[in-house]
Amino acid sequence: MLKKRIIPCLDIKNGRTVKGVNFIDIRDAGDPIELAKKYMQEGADELVFLDITATIEKRKTLAELVEKIAKEINIPFTVGGGINSIEDVSLIIKAGADKVSINSSAVKRPELISEIASQFGSQCVVVAIDTKFENNDWFVYVNGGKVPTLLKTIDWAIKAETLGAGEILLTSMNNDGTKNGFALDITRKICQAVNIPVIASGGAGKKEHFKDVFTQTIASGALAASIFHFGEIPIPELKNYLKTQNIPVR
Amino acid sequence: MIAIIKYNAGNTKSVENAIRRIGFNSIVTDDISTIVAAKKVIFPGVGEASSAMSYLKKYQLDEVIRSLKQPVLGICLGQQLMCKHSEEGNTDCLGIFNTKVRLFPPKEIVPQMGWNNLQGMKGDLFKGICDEDNVYFVHSYYAELSEETSAACDYILPFSAAMQKNNFYATQFHPEKSASVGEKILKNFLEL
Repeated sequence: MLKKRIIPCLDIKNGRTVKGVNFIDIRDAGDPIELAKKYMQEGADELVFLDITATIEKRKTLAELVEKIAKEINIPFTVGGGINSIEDVSLIIKAGADKVSINSSAVKRPELISEIASQFGSQCVVVAIDTKFENNDWFVYVNGGKVPTLLKTIDWAIKAETLGAGEILLTSMNNDGTKNGFALDITRKICQAVNIPVIASGGAGKKEHFKDVFTQTIASGALAASIFHFGEIPIPELKNYLKTQNIPVR
Repeated sequence: MIAIIKYNAGNTKSVENAIRRIGFNSIVTDDISTIVAAKKVIFPGVGEASSAMSYLKKYQLDEVIRSLKQPVLGICLGQQLMCKHSEEGNTDCLGIFNTKVRLFPPKEIVPQMGWNNLQGMKGDLFKGICDEDNVYFVHSYYAELSEETSAACDYILPFSAAMQKNNFYATQFHPEKSASVGEKILKNFLEL
């Protein structure tokens, strides 16, 4: 049986992980490789590295980091953040990433999805969607959730699939950071609207939230950052809990 | 020496990295004499079947792969290309395995992406691996079950997660991305 995926997300700035981390058993929590290895050993199913470095000259640094990660990590990983062109994608994939995640750049130029899919395969294109519920509907936001668009989230997800996306990473801005649980209704709707895997993101605060998203939607995976970084929910404990709830996990 | 076949499909880097992690050295090459002389050959692949087959034919790698006598391991698209025919681009493949490759039925989530467990494992590749162990899959096409199936997996329907015939081994999953279970399988292959 295909297992539900638990995916820690690491924010990277200038080659270092950001957000406070209080693991005592790793030497340097700001070192993305150390942190990634810890998650890998704990049973993370995949990793997402989100580069929040803004400047173009830092892109090369990112590719070098991806190369180091690829040498050490024996599970699949996705790299996202500021990927704007097929050249950016090529650099990251050749450095050893399994998938790239694109967000604002895909909204601005949807053909980027098809270009990546035809050159590297659909399986490596993750379309990340930041969504917010307002005026009675879910809309797409870009530029790190700062800029609203008129795109309805469901329409955009369907279009992304049609253009060749291999996966949707759906973050609800209403839920992100609240620790009140994933946005079940939009996650459910997107899962119903597309036939590609959907990863739920934003709002995880308790183990029960993972159970909810896996029992009340058909999401393929769930992504979280702070609860893993701060050691609030250790991955082995989360997986054991999900097993007791009859949710298939590795 | 371990040769990883270089062609137009795929990310050979992950395979190279995984082999290095388990303590072996490999070379990524499309040089026919190097491939033929290698102790083990790995035929990876992420991509599309018909363009990959045309490339292999253009550089006579199709004949080379078919005639190899040392242990050969096809991975993902590599396994599919070792079959007889693929529905992807209606492609005649290498025909090492007498099996057809089909598209998962529509209206289901495709690709299968993620960790799934193996069943009914046979052969040296799976020494020390048990039914509960999970490996990582990413694929929209699958090889049907056949006499050459050496491990099965169930997603929408049962299919060949691994195959073996004589010196030819293949996995639909990515051992290079399947944590310690995958490394064990790769090690088993390299120690054949």
